[in-house]
Amino acid sequence: MGLAFVPIGLAFGALVTQSGIDWWWAPLSAALIYAGSFEFLLIGMVAAAVPLASIAVTAFMVNVRHVFYALSYPLHRVQGRLGKAYGTFALSDEAYALTSGEKARSWPGPRIIGLQLLLHLYWVGGATAGALLGSLIPEGVTGLDFALTALFTVLAVEAVLDLRGDLPTPLLALLSALIARLLFPGELLLAAFALFTLGLLARHLVTHRRPGRV
Amino acid sequence: MSDPGYAIAAVVVTAAVTWALRALPFAALAPLRASGTVQYLSTRMPAGVMLILVVYCLRDLPLTEPRALAPVIALAVTVGLHLWRRNALLSILGGTTVHVILASTVFAT
Repeated sequence: MGLAFVPIGLAFGALVTQSGIDWWWAPLSAALIYAGSFEFLLIGMVAAAVPLASIAVTAFMVNVRHVFYALSYPLHRVQGRLGKAYGTFALSDEAYALTSGEKARSWPGPRIIGLQLLLHLYWVGGATAGALLGSLIPEGVTGLDFALTALFTVLAVEAVLDLRGDLPTPLLALLSALIARLLFPGELLLAAFALFTLGLLARHLVTHRRPGRV
Repeated sequence: MSDPGYAIAAVVVTAAVTWALRALPFAALAPLRASGTVQYLSTRMPAGVMLILVVYCLRDLPLTEPRALAPVIALAVTVGLHLWRRNALLSILGGTTVHVILASTVFAT
């Protein structure tokens, strides 16, 4: 899973320079934000000079899923302030998936931090190489931006399979996205996340009020 | 070329929001764990958020034009490869390669 960061990082770096942003922005973003999916979205926003407040709100909505990582990431096994700080900072989707899984039950703190450091380096290295090599891509070769769509698709397939047959959740998400696309095309992400969260809460409320279920 | 000061500010703002989201919940860990609603949301949100992000990526798909076929075919290849091998690297590389080839040749504008 970690090695997938290299080609996506390359694509990210190449897109940064293709969008007319200076090459150094790619390693800076990769090192300091280290939230790959949002960094891709950020390229378009920076290129369009979107207000910082909009960036903050969108970053919150896209990355709010990280809040739930605190429920199962083994921070208690990581020693020292610095280790704990880095452990939370580098808590990406992939780091979470690898450290909270079955196999990682017995891993000591240094191994967890080492894995996170390695993933982080893959990402920064890929982004830097992509930004520097991006100009070598011949004119007329397009469509590299699909790497982000493919990444989200893979994560979506995995997450949907994890639901084990809970079909209403993906349907609710797709419905929210389509309604948002039709009614609020300018604020698709915000509207879709809000509709989806409200839908889930409503469903939770209804299923909990049903007699016989607690 | 965008303004470097603004580009750096965008990174700093995003980094602050993202780290806060990753670190602060640990302080509130106990009540979070106890809340049934949070548990309910935490198991269902990842799939929904990812699906919404996929739709977001395809938001400008020109449905009435033939070139819309490139991302649609690449999407099918990505999902198909992933269901078949469950190898993230293979699925992403395969889907992206198909898209680059189609978008640069048959459906080039």
